[in-house]
Amino acid sequence: MTLQAMLIVAAILFCIGLYGALARRNVIAVFMSIEIMFNSVNLTLVALGRYVAPHALAADIESALTGQVFAVFIIAVAAAEVALGLGIVFALYRNTESVDLTEAAQMRR
Amino acid sequence: MLLVDITFWGLSVVAIGAALGVVLVRDLFRAALLLVVVFLAVAGFFVLLSAQFLAVVQVLIYAGAIAILLVFAVMLTKDVPHGNLPNRLQVPAAMVAALLLAVLVAVAAATQWQPVPLAQQEQVAVVQTGSAGLANLLVSDYALAFEAVSVLLLGAAIGALALLRGRPEQAP
Repeated sequence: MTLQAMLIVAAILFCIGLYGALARRNVIAVFMSIEIMFNSVNLTLVALGRYVAPHALAADIESALTGQVFAVFIIAVAAAEVALGLGIVFALYRNTESVDLTEAAQMRR
Repeated sequence: MLLVDITFWGLSVVAIGAALGVVLVRDLFRAALLLVVVFLAVAGFFVLLSAQFLAVVQVLIYAGAIAILLVFAVMLTKDVPHGNLPNRLQVPAAMVAALLLAVLVAVAAATQWQPVPLAQQEQVAVVQTGSAGLANLLVSDYALAFEAVSVLLLGAAIGALALLRGRPEQAP
């Protein structure tokens, strides 16, 4: 396992998620694709933090944890995003009886 | 070393296959279950990258909370067995994704990465594996961001409740 291999796997996951987010009709499917993209970004951050030397590493060994700290914050923000996003999905579903994005051009009744 | 490599490639195949399943399978419920597989594979990657705490958080929050929320959302909406249809943007979306993938792979392969010197590898692995360093950083250097995220989560929870609160009944 090398850094390059890890980065390439994360890039493949990101692009699969991007395709899903752009090409699906169902809001919930788009959500799942966005979650895949979040995960691949976390993987990239942690892999870079694991293998690449930060400049400050010699002075402060804890700077090796920067990537993990960023991943923790991304996970927290993703949780908030899912809570709010699914709230919007349910509001949309209640108004239009559909979760099809091509029909959801407007959110008011 | 060999075991690590085998695990890595196995996890890669599982993660990419399940992710493809999520975006291509028709049945939305199966897509949600495949998404759990992706989350668990990513947790495995975190263990390989000596980020044990993140692996546990990944299982708890993604494979636990977020996946359950998504399954709920799938079950509360209709057209589940054939719900995951593509829209008209399929071909352009695939082209954009493939182009981005080509650029990312080219950059990842061409960059001269400067890895952590071998003398420090052990030290770095020890710091990254334990959760004490992470906890210290979260309440010292990143305390402000930590508080901001707490407020964000509170705001998101209240916002979701406000969005879903029923409309007040109108007088007959």
